[in-house]
Amino acid sequence: MTTPGFFPTGIRFENIDKRYGGLYALRRVSLEVRAGECVAFAGRNGSGKTTLLRIAARLVRTSAGTVKFVASASETADSGARIGFVAHATMVYDELTAEENLLLFAKLQGIAGHAARATTLLEEVGLSERRGSLVRTFSRGMRQRVAIARALLNEPSVLLLDEPATGLDPEGITWLANTLRRMRDAGRTILMSLHGESEISALATRAVRLDAGAVVADTQAGASLHSIVTFAGA
Amino acid sequence: MALLADATTLLGKELRTEFRSRELLTTTVVFILVVVVLFSFTFDPSTSESRRFGPGLLWLSFLFAASLMLQPCFLREQNNDTLSALRLSVRDPFSIFLAKLSANTLFLLLTEVLMLPIFAILYNVHILSVFPQLVLVLFLGSLGVAIPGTAFSAISAQARMRELMLPLLLLPLLTPVLIASTEATGALLEVNPALRADWLGFLVGFDLVFLTALWLFGEYLLEE
Repeated sequence: MTTPGFFPTGIRFENIDKRYGGLYALRRVSLEVRAGECVAFAGRNGSGKTTLLRIAARLVRTSAGTVKFVASASETADSGARIGFVAHATMVYDELTAEENLLLFAKLQGIAGHAARATTLLEEVGLSERRGSLVRTFSRGMRQRVAIARALLNEPSVLLLDEPATGLDPEGITWLANTLRRMRDAGRTILMSLHGESEISALATRAVRLDAGAVVADTQAGASLHSIVTFAGA
Repeated sequence: MALLADATTLLGKELRTEFRSRELLTTTVVFILVVVVLFSFTFDPSTSESRRFGPGLLWLSFLFAASLMLQPCFLREQNNDTLSALRLSVRDPFSIFLAKLSANTLFLLLTEVLMLPIFAILYNVHILSVFPQLVLVLFLGSLGVAIPGTAFSAISAQARMRELMLPLLLLPLLTPVLIASTEATGALLEVNPALRADWLGFLVGFDLVFLTALWLFGEYLLEE
């Protein structure tokens, strides 16, 4: 099942290198993520998970290699693929209200009916009663909900999540797991970095472990999902 | 059109967040006031001395205040990584610069216009008869400060020792703006005021050159 308005989109990472000075953040990373896959990236701090996600979001340029978005009918390195990105930081303005934040980014993304979309998302993330409150008055968990709502504004075909459960309480994690499950079941491609097993990691259809910027384990190569996300045998 | 639409939306955000917090405007107004008052204590300005030194002192205080005001321009986009959210959302990255430099120009112009009457009283100069012309000079000068200032704010926000970096990069570059604005302001404060087309033309040229450079290369300044 797919939602109208988006094309199932895969991502192909081809020999990605990312260097900061002489330090390799990623080294010869090649991965093919099929449309509709939900991939969990695991690894120690500094293993390259965040860099890989930021490269996929086109926020960071590669030092070598290419990222290609593979839609059902076309393949391009600079695709019109709609991307939703949730980073470590909330990526929303503390001095704006939750509603103003969503309206701002919806307008910038040229979303038709942006006011209705913002209202719908605020209801979905359970913040409609606090829509007029400044984000700086929110708890970390509430901010994370606004961050996730912002990432979902454009009904992304590819969702990139960098430790999305950060700051969420158990109820929030369950809500996030249900939201991601719906998106995965609707055919959207999800790439997320995680630490350890959780309700969120249980959604993954594939897991990849990074170490020192290189792919060292992949469920597609026979490793178990449990061993990858828990570092068992690492 | 997408560029202008995005820039307008972002300008609205800049104005809303500033008028909500009033951090920049308050700091800048107080800074300029302190400098202008302190300068007035250092000599007892007669009208002729004020005409000679006043415009230079005024523009120096504007310049130092601008380097303070421009510092947080991109720095506050880093707190929550909102710059990444903007880069993912806008259709043309130049719209981010366009919005920020418009906001910076507006804020600078507002503080300068607020400071003009105080300057006129302390330095005993008449500005009422040339007020519209003065605002034109202030606008072109502020734009000349804001365009490179916004660009350098983006660079320094990612650098170490960023508080020092911005004035070190910016102030030498703004020397031509300082000279042209001071000369144009000075000519307006003379006994026979004149709007100097040569200095105004210089300011327009400076603004156009740096705006074009920002349009061509601005995208690279936003990269991580």
